[in-house]
Amino acid sequence: MGQTLTEKILAQHAGRERVAPGDNIWVDVDILMTHDVCGPPTIDIFKREFGENAKVWDQNKLVILPDHYIFTEDPHARRNIELLRAFAAQHDLQHYYDVGTSRYKGVCHVALAEEGFNRPGNVLFGTDSHTCTSGAFGLFSTGVGNTDAALIMGTGKIWVKVPETMRFVFEGELPPYLMAKDLILAVIGEIGTDGGTYRTLEFDGGAVYDLSMQERMTLTNMAIEAGGKNGIIAPDQVTFDFVRARTDAPFQAVYGDADARFHSEYVFDVSQMVPVVAKPHSPDNKAPVTEVVGTRLDKCYIGSCTGGKLEDFEAAARILKGLEVKVATYVVPASTEVQRRMKEVTIDGQTLWDIFESAGCMMGHASCGACLGGPIDTFGRAVGTEVVISTTNRNYPGRMGSKMSAVYLASPLTVAASALNGVITDPREVLV
Amino acid sequence: MIRGKAYVVGDAIDTDQIIPAAHLVYSLTIPEERKMYGRYALSGVPADQQGLPKGGQPFTAEDSFESEYKVIIGGSNFGCGSSREHAPFAIAEAGCEAVVAESYARIFYRNSVDGGFVVPFETRVPLTERIRTGDEVEIDTVRSTLHNHTTGEDFLLNPLGDVADILKAGNVFEYARQKGLIST
Ligand code: SF4
Repeated sequence: MGQTLTEKILAQHAGRERVAPGDNIWVDVDILMTHDVCGPPTIDIFKREFGENAKVWDQNKLVILPDHYIFTEDPHARRNIELLRAFAAQHDLQHYYDVGTSRYKGVCHVALAEEGFNRPGNVLFGTDSHTCTSGAFGLFSTGVGNTDAALIMGTGKIWVKVPETMRFVFEGELPPYLMAKDLILAVIGEIGTDGGTYRTLEFDGGAVYDLSMQERMTLTNMAIEAGGKNGIIAPDQVTFDFVRARTDAPFQAVYGDADARFHSEYVFDVSQMVPVVAKPHSPDNKAPVTEVVGTRLDKCYIGSCTGGKLEDFEAAARILKGLEVKVATYVVPASTEVQRRMKEVTIDGQTLWDIFESAGCMMGHASCGACLGGPIDTFGRAVGTEVVISTTNRNYPGRMGSKMSAVYLASPLTVAASALNGVITDPREVLV
Repeated sequence: MIRGKAYVVGDAIDTDQIIPAAHLVYSLTIPEERKMYGRYALSGVPADQQGLPKGGQPFTAEDSFESEYKVIIGGSNFGCGSSREHAPFAIAEAGCEAVVAESYARIFYRNSVDGGFVVPFETRVPLTERIRTGDEVEIDTVRSTLHNHTTGEDFLLNPLGDVADILKAGNVFEYARQKGLIST
């Protein structure tokens, strides 16, 4: 009996020939990532357990990316950044990306990819549930809490229960009005927010390998919204080209065995799929856009690790070019690199940034922004009973700032089309 | 043995409902600030769902930092959403010792165990409609049973399995020390 991609990576990192779902193993960690919300409490626990002056297990494997509460006057949030800064200095960390410097990156999951920390075959942990995003590069990645992260910080090891793998195969040609967001919302709608709990979501099939790395990251990003432990896509030339453009670090690609056993398998023909939304208040509350067309909106939001990458803005800009939005629309690049590229990449001679500004959008700085609500002065935060359509990944009550607000999740194409009309709109109506 | 009043909530109580993101800025170690986690535990649950079946009963009273409830009874997928360890921490900080739910999101479950915050029990039958907020309940942690003193009913919980060793050790660090993975 063969092993799946995830099982093979875990076995290698546990120093074993093979592992089976359900095994409890200790693995060696290649990269640990933390950010400004969970970094400081992780450091506190690390010091409590290993000593005030203890050294981290490997300076080169710890990546710290402040991104959540960045552009706020909240004094507690600002203190968190100072704590990270002091820790990075004390440990001489090469991979600390400080706010207010040219090194600042933005949302951690996008920055991990951009800086070449996502390498096929690796094991990567992060103190953020969307750490599963990195799995788009053919590696095992998952989110953990502060205690687990502190244990890794001190030892480079952590226990893992080997997950069963669910396989999602996408075949066919993706129509121009669909994006990876539609595919993953369809999956979550089908299996539910706990349909993948404790398991791996592996994405496969021709339509997946036709996607760019950015779009693949949208798929793996939301594995956690189905409860998954990790999302993963086997690497191919597209992966290698992306990684090699960003790092010289060695890596060894791993592939699942042809006779691997899966928990279950789902097959989708993407040419038959339609634009979808997740209605309030759960990511699995799926409906075709046609069902909610005409819903009045107070706010549109394009941003986050799942919906604020360069290609997300390219898609939205295609719809907004030369036109004006009818409702408050917030544009928040995930990273400083995305922000810079938005000012370089053009459609018919006009930069993406310019297209959004001319359309009347409000432009934010690279960060998590209002994706998780955040301090009261956060850019784009939902207030009161606002109805919002957003490219982010969660719409639980209060997620974007107000318990009374109603958030619809959708692709950048659908959000842009809706911004144009001030009501939820099917992108097929406006795409030419 | 864990004994005290039960607090009942519904399905898919996510981490933003357990501790809204705006409160994550408080220090987990400075006493004056850490008690804010007890103050705001479960404050993100919509008012009509707070303390079922009636609703409108906050987990922690308006001017208090500790909850009068010792055991949370939840439905499926308790703790879904973000990886924030502040979630089980907040519940523990409020003085609550155990959660009994039909199922858990894995990161919440893991954080509860590895940090030694609350004991996450799984139920065999849905209990959210069999127990009412304010009922006096008692959990036998060794036998994995729950007795409702208010109604006299008994329920079986799932055995804790592999994680019992970590819970017994106190947290994952003590467990790792016992296994020889940490030398200090
Ligand atoms: S953008 Fe949103 S989902 Fe992504 S890391 Fe930030 S808060 Fe989390």
